[in-house]
Order: sequence, then structure tokens, then C-alpha cells
Amino acid sequence: MDINFTLVAQAIAFFVLIVFTMKFVWPPLLNAIETRQKEIADGLAAGEKGRAELEQSSKRASEALAEAKVKASEILALAEKRATQIVEDAKGTAKAEGDRIITGAKAEIEQEINRAKEGLRQQVSTLAIAGAEKILRKEIDAKAHAEILTAIAKEL
Amino acid sequence: MATEHALTPSSYIEHHLSFNSQSIGNGSFWSLHVDTLVMSVVLGVITLGLIWWVARGATAGVPTKRQAFMELVFDFVDDQVKNIYHGDRHAFIAPAALTVFVWVLMMNAMDFLPVDWVAALVAKIGGEHTKWRVVPTSDINTTFALALTVWFLMIYFAIKAKGLGGWIHELFCSPFGTNPLIWPANFLFNLIEYVSKPLSHSLRLFGNMYAGEVIFLLLGLWAATGVTGTIAGAILGAGWSIFHILIVALQAFIFMMLTVVYLAMAQESH
Repeated sequence: MDINFTLVAQAIAFFVLIVFTMKFVWPPLLNAIETRQKEIADGLAAGEKGRAELEQSSKRASEALAEAKVKASEILALAEKRATQIVEDAKGTAKAEGDRIITGAKAEIEQEINRAKEGLRQQVSTLAIAGAEKILRKEIDAKAHAEILTAIAKEL
Repeated sequence: MATEHALTPSSYIEHHLSFNSQSIGNGSFWSLHVDTLVMSVVLGVITLGLIWWVARGATAGVPTKRQAFMELVFDFVDDQVKNIYHGDRHAFIAPAALTVFVWVLMMNAMDFLPVDWVAALVAKIGGEHTKWRVVPTSDINTTFALALTVWFLMIYFAIKAKGLGGWIHELFCSPFGTNPLIWPANFLFNLIEYVSKPLSHSLRLFGNMYAGEVIFLLLGLWAATGVTGTIAGAILGAGWSIFHILIVALQAFIFMMLTVVYLAMAQESH
């Protein structure tokens, strides 16, 4: 064992190496690693956040969809009801209108019949008078018997 | 192994275990182990330079394989420090731990270079009798230098964390109590602790690496004794090399952990 000046020289070399590592080797590696760790942590957090947001928005979307479905079926039911009502109304109106038309037509027909009857009565009386005139040209005074003939015609 | 010089086993081992020592003054202290210094500094510069080169171009985005590997080493060291030291580790302790780990690991790993190939290469470059040891951590100067540097840092951090008064107070008042009667016992206890820390720290590494080297040399000697010895030496040498991978990594790890533990303990008040 010979201890000599090598010891001092080695100690100086050792110290210089430590200082070199401390100043130039350690910080850049530490910086790179810590920055990457932070980036990874941030990325993971962002991913987690994104996933939560996606979950929430998909939940919201399905809620909105369900709501829309309910609303749509409500509207459909309402529309069906309204359609039925309209049809019913239309039916009612049509029936009333038809009844009115029928009633009007009947009244008109009645009137026509009456008018025709009146006309016929007149014509019958005229015809009867004409016939009677022809048969009884000589012995019947038209003026004297007109009263009787009119009475007969009225009875028709 | 070079047989033409009629080497004896002891001269072979002595040659391989001698430092390339250059005197720089009077007395045995004033000399330098050139091999230890050159190997350790070159290894330190290459290894930390490589990490620095990768760290300089480090990106926070998708890392290259190079960067991923360095981050693996970084994370390994950082995790160990994090478990032991709870202050701001990035300021000093963690970088120091990284330095210690990779540097000691590389210095230990020089043990894998076949001893005689290195000797042959050195003989070719520097002449037949040039001595050159490639494992800086099997030089007690290296391990003591590291341990003592850590020791001084330990005292510096202790004083920085507790103040000079607090540190001296702790020397006399812990671990047994503040009663003046047991001050001597406390002080003796702390003294032993302060002496044993650098000793065990440095001698553990030195002993493991030195012993590993000696075993490689003995196997190399055996390999020079004939065909049987060559085969046996090769097989056992391979086995020892594989086992030594564990020792090399483990000792570097232990050295780093002790460094971290000592520095962390220094800043905790008892």
C-alpha cells in the first residue's frame, strides 16, 4: 500500500467530474425527463377529460333523442285526433248540407207538383169546357155554365 | 506470459501489480501513478462525455435509443437517491451519485481486459519493462481519493445543514445524550464513525477489485504451465470473468449507495 500524490490528483479529478456532471449532464437529462413526464400527465388528463365529456354529451344526446321521440309521438297522436275530428266535422257538415239540399229539392218538387197540378186543373177545366162546348155547341151557353165548370175543375 | 525472459511466477505477478510510478519530488509521497491517473481520467472523460453528448441533444419528445439508455441509467440512479435522500437531490447528491456510479463502473470494468493482452500492448508501445495497470480502482489511491472526497463533502454538508455549532454539538451530544458526563463517549463514538466511514468505503472497493485482478493473474499463470493448464485456466478464467461482471457492477453500485447514504446522513439531524 503506497499512498502518494496520486490520491490528491484522483480526488481533484473526481471533484471535477462531479461538478461537470452537476452542471452539464444532470440538468438537461432531468429537464427532458420531467418535461416528458409532465406532457404525458397532461395528455392523460386531457384524454380523461375528453372521455368524460364524450360520455356526458352522448348521454345528453340520448336524452334529447328520447325527448324528441316522446314529443313526436305526442304530435302524431294530436295530429291523428285532429284528423279524425276534421273528418267527423266534414262528415257532419256534408250530411247537414245534403239534408238541406234534399229538403230544398223536396220543397221545390212539391212546389213544382203544385204548380203542375194548378196548370193541369186550369187546362182540364179549359179542356172540359172545350169538350163540352163541342158536344153541346148549340144548347149550352158558355157564359151561363162557366160557373159550374169552374167549380168542378176546383174539385179535381 | 512472455516466456523468453524465464519469468518466475512472483516476478510475473509483481510486474502486473506494479504501478507506472513517476517521482515528482523528494520522498515516497511525491510520486504519481501515471497509469492510474491516465486510465481513470480517460475513462471519466469518455463516459461522462458520452452521457453529456447525449444529454445535450436530449429531447422531451420521443427519445432516441441512445437517450433512452441514458435515461435508464439516470432513472436508476435517481430512484436510488430518491429513496434515501429527501432534500433537493437534483442540486448535488444525485449528479454526484451518477458520477460515482458510471465512473467506478467503468474503472472496475477495466478488469475484463485480458491482463496479458494489455501487458503485451504496453510492452509494444513503451518497451519491455513498462509497467501499466489498467484497473484504477485496484489502486488504493483511487479508492481513498473517492472516499475522502465523499468524506469531506459529508462534513461540508453536515456543517452547511446544521451550522458549525450544531455540528460540534452533535459530535459531543449524539448518539447517547446531552449530559456532559457522556460527552467523551459520544465524541469517541463519532470519531470512530468518522474514521470507519472512509476506510470501509474505500477498502471494500479496493479489496474486491484487487482480489479480482490477482485471481485473473493466477489463472493466467496456470495457463502458462501447459495444455492442461491452458484449458483449465481458460475455462476458469471465463467463469471468473462472468462472476466478475456481477462484482464489478455490484461494487460500483455499493460505492454509489454508500456515497449517497453518507451524504444524506450528514444532512439529517440526530
